[in-house]
Amino acid sequence: MTEKLDVTLSVNGKRYEMKVEPRRMLADAIREECGLTGTHLGCEHGVCGACTILMDDKPVRSCLMFAVQAEGAELRTVEGLAKGNELHPIQQAFWDHHGLQCGFCTPGFLMLATGVLEQNPNIGDEELVHALSSNLCRCTGYQNILKAVKAAREEMKP
Amino acid sequence: MKWVGQPIPRLRDPVLLKGKGRFTADIAVGAMAIRFVRSPVARGTICGIEIPEGAVVFTAADITDIKPLRPILHGRNYVPTDQPILANKRVTYVGEPVAAVIAATQSEAEDIAEQVMLDIDVLDPAIDVDEALKPDAPRVHDQAPGNVLVETSLKTPGFDAVWAKAAQVVEVDIRSRRQNAMPMETRNAHAVFDHSTGRVTLYTSVQNPHPIRTGIADVLGMPETDLRVVAPDVGGGFGQKMALVPEYVFAVWVARKLEASVAWIEDRNENLIASFHSRDQHHTVKAAFDENAKLIALEADLRCNVGAYSNYPITCGVEPLMAMSELPGPYDLREYSVRTRGVTTNTCPMAPYRGVSRPVLTLSMERIMNLAADRFGLDPVEMRRRNLITEFPYKTVTGSLYDAGTYWESLERSAEVLDLKGFRERQKKAREEGRYLGIGFSVFNERSGYGTPTFAARGMEITPGYETVEMAMDPSGYVIARIGASPHGQGLETGLSQIIADELGIEPSRIRIISGDTDATPYGWGTFASRSLVLAGGASKLAAEQMRERLNKIAGHLLQAPPEEIELAGGVARRRGHEGSVEITALARAAHHQSQLFGGGGPGLTTIATYDPAGTFSNACHSAIVEVDIETGHVKIERFLVVEDAGILINPMIVDGQIHGGVVQGIANALFEEIIYDETGNILTGSLMDFIPPTMSEVPTIEIEHLETLTDASITKAKGIGEGGTIGPPAAIINAISDALKPFGVEIFEIPATPPRIRQLIREAAKEKS
Amino acid sequence: MKAPQFAYRAPRSIKEAVTALAESEGMGKILAGGQSLVPTMNFRLARPDMLIDINRISELDFARPENGKLRIGALTRHAAFERPFFEGPLARLLADVVQHIAHVPIRTRGTFTGSLAHADPASEWCLVACTLDAEMVAHSLEGERIIPAAEYFVTTLTTALTENELLVEARLPLLDDSWKHGFCEFNRRAGDFALSMSLVALKIENGRIAEARIGIGGVEDKPVRAPDAEAYLIGKTGEAADRVEAARLASEGIQPMDDMHAPADYRRDLTRAMVRRALERALAR
Repeated sequence: MTEKLDVTLSVNGKRYEMKVEPRRMLADAIREECGLTGTHLGCEHGVCGACTILMDDKPVRSCLMFAVQAEGAELRTVEGLAKGNELHPIQQAFWDHHGLQCGFCTPGFLMLATGVLEQNPNIGDEELVHALSSNLCRCTGYQNILKAVKAAREEMKP
Repeated sequence: MKWVGQPIPRLRDPVLLKGKGRFTADIAVGAMAIRFVRSPVARGTICGIEIPEGAVVFTAADITDIKPLRPILHGRNYVPTDQPILANKRVTYVGEPVAAVIAATQSEAEDIAEQVMLDIDVLDPAIDVDEALKPDAPRVHDQAPGNVLVETSLKTPGFDAVWAKAAQVVEVDIRSRRQNAMPMETRNAHAVFDHSTGRVTLYTSVQNPHPIRTGIADVLGMPETDLRVVAPDVGGGFGQKMALVPEYVFAVWVARKLEASVAWIEDRNENLIASFHSRDQHHTVKAAFDENAKLIALEADLRCNVGAYSNYPITCGVEPLMAMSELPGPYDLREYSVRTRGVTTNTCPMAPYRGVSRPVLTLSMERIMNLAADRFGLDPVEMRRRNLITEFPYKTVTGSLYDAGTYWESLERSAEVLDLKGFRERQKKAREEGRYLGIGFSVFNERSGYGTPTFAARGMEITPGYETVEMAMDPSGYVIARIGASPHGQGLETGLSQIIADELGIEPSRIRIISGDTDATPYGWGTFASRSLVLAGGASKLAAEQMRERLNKIAGHLLQAPPEEIELAGGVARRRGHEGSVEITALARAAHHQSQLFGGGGPGLTTIATYDPAGTFSNACHSAIVEVDIETGHVKIERFLVVEDAGILINPMIVDGQIHGGVVQGIANALFEEIIYDETGNILTGSLMDFIPPTMSEVPTIEIEHLETLTDASITKAKGIGEGGTIGPPAAIINAISDALKPFGVEIFEIPATPPRIRQLIREAAKEKS
Repeated sequence: MKAPQFAYRAPRSIKEAVTALAESEGMGKILAGGQSLVPTMNFRLARPDMLIDINRISELDFARPENGKLRIGALTRHAAFERPFFEGPLARLLADVVQHIAHVPIRTRGTFTGSLAHADPASEWCLVACTLDAEMVAHSLEGERIIPAAEYFVTTLTTALTENELLVEARLPLLDDSWKHGFCEFNRRAGDFALSMSLVALKIENGRIAEARIGIGGVEDKPVRAPDAEAYLIGKTGEAADRVEAARLASEGIQPMDDMHAPADYRRDLTRAMVRRALERALAR
């Protein structure tokens, strides 16, 4: 039995203290220790992107990190996007443009898109498609995800 | 204002967008983990299973009280298979569950599972469909000597005479490689034992909670009532989540055994290797044409690899029987000779996958049409014009009845939108520059929204079909509709709310749709086969009509008017042509709290209706313009057009979304996805690095146009739309690639048409030329 | 798919890291970006007893041009190269190549030297290191060792690094303005590993090719050069016929892998196309 480590995660501005094995996947810690189950696991090998979150404002795969590695970083998950009942522009755009069907990949796409648009508010269409190709969706054929993110790009311009 | 036809945003989206959805794994946090130890070999005899000391591990020897899964089909030379919940004495495919580990966490369960040692005597497996049909092939099941589990044939009496008169015969040999539906959420089963009642609740990501409950209760020998099956938020299904699997059964069994809360959350590797596959088919089809290029007879030999076991409850007849009955598709045909077989192999079992056989059979027919067009020197549109059905209703050679559709119109419109003539000029110019463009069409129809009468013809012991809706308006005037269908991302709740809203004159936001919980919904068949909007929609309409009559009666009483003159709209009831109105909420309140005033019909406002039609045929033309890079074999889809007819659009936004998703799965089928077995039956594509669903970069903008034929075959006038998107793309894209490669004489007959395959054909063609 | 157990160390200095590595007696693994290692562990195909997480070693977090070389420290993420942070052809080359490495979230975490240490045959950075004759700087308790690219790549997932060595830095030659580069890769999906790719760097003097570097990746068990094609191009202008011939020479000089993704003869065809296109791109600049 490997010793458990004391880890403190900061997620959506809130601190979560936990004792976890070194192997505890960051995504699992977010889901189970923090109780934030909006971050989904679709492949656990970094391809599908359902677990994408923001770490210090940049998109990362939370299935390819261990919880202990995220100590000291500011994590953001889908639960941190809306302010109460007011949806974040990216969420509103996905709703308006039918950018989701089953909703399983949605949190990962929302966080990916938020990270990409925050880093590069004027991102061009071609680069945007390239960036969004990081995540898989099986329902929408990506058509309305792209439409939604383009709409959010306009809304989120500073 | 009518709600039907409006692209209103979906009602459940805000919850999903905020990360507050409840998928099974979210509910299962904290449950004990189940990890299955799976067979690493395709076929063999289990000599021993060594279990690490102190570990909680179950094997076949521990579960002798569970009956095997035994789906039944009547007739069709069907040979039943008994699928054990844990492999018993022998293993029959890589990935088959052999033992089950229970541990406090998933990580620990995996640690223990690695230490369970399987001693298996390896036997030669049957893997490929054609190899399995050879006389000396290994026998997958003793009771099926030729490895055929289902076989049927048909030959029209006039076939031979007509065939003899053929001016041209075109033959295709179509090979469709194996796919995995690959929903984003993998399968799972979270079973919770309730100490106070002794009941078990199974949360599971399925499309059809009621039949799943029946199947589990049957093999466990327990009353169905003691099992509650809940499909919470479901992350896509596409057919993969509509068959009962051993894992669900085991989860319920072990929850009862240990009186505990347990969870199996399938990982992606398990999903790819051991969840249902599909589309592994080989069609040999010959078509006879008269001198006017009219199809006069069709001969087909259809072989479908159905894997190691028949699936419950649909059975392994699903692909071979669909392939046989629907092969002629939108084309007029009077003489047909066909043999279809479901062939068992030591591979993962098959289940329906969005489109079921029709992507493959459409590919067969549409390749024939293109080859025949070349033979007759006709362009592909004219070739099809001479053969598409234009008069309805049309009774097919296999006995189906086509309601009205727009088979020819959809093609004609497609050729117009893509400017076929202009394209040919562009294509010519491009070829001169060494660039290879091609155009391809794919016309098809799709049986959708079918009920018991149609399913009954298939001979399944468990015959699905009807859908029931129980509706109640509460005293506050809000409506609850409990449905047997089980949507999982389609937005059915929104569509049904629109239908009900129009009947009752209230806003969709006042309607709640309850689905996916056997404790809370009437027995129904779930969501699959492009059926839910037609069936649950029809039943919702009928239940709402009854509700409207009740409300009219109460309103008539309160407004002192004959009920038949009452109109419900904008949240109020009024007498047609008269002043004065009463709020519908007031009617609801009165129905419950002043029931003594109204007599007859009893207090409250509850209705129930069942809808069970024979079905309706949707249709579409898909077309693609592609560019092939002849050096690499890469195919770029420049344009993809869908001209479709699914009757009235209840919610156009949702309809387009369904088409988008289906088309991309179809593109994946045509160009990308393939489950690959080696000759020993090991799967080489167990990760998403190897099984490759396309990303946004590989997908073109999908253009959509709608035709809206009004049909009497559906009481909402809506036809099914769920599967159509997946059906057309392989044929459209493969025809387009073949068109692009005309200068090399390359014709494609295999999907996915991967770059290495295309490049290989180009290289061989170049060799032949020189 | 959860990783097996391991002990975790998070050293704060190179010295602490190589000490931990030595103590692990060959059973330890360096965790940098983890974008290749962690999925392998989740599949339980890798099961190191100890992970030595170097992400908190600030002395490894640098990337700067110095004395004619670009020095890339072990914590430099792929994403650092997306926008050129220094002048010259090498910055443009790296910014071009990085777009082909996996996807945004992977590039956020994955590191340049991590790719070199992992040594996937289809790694773009390995191809860059091979083509430009990078130097790899390894540290162990015994001190520093500099390994030239020609000796560094051994075979699939195997390098000249010993089990006690930490790759702390890679050095690339800064190319002067007479250099042009071209990169072309073929993959099935955006971000996937290439089935073949080629990186070309040409030194042009008076309209003719004075020096040619042609690297090929994703084809053999490690990135390779195309010496015949490189030699052939010297003194040529690089016109269409030159490019076709160089590509032919390059594609015939390789022994391609054969797997389910691409049969050997297909990889050879692809390589011919990739080299030719990389040359076209280089000469079009």
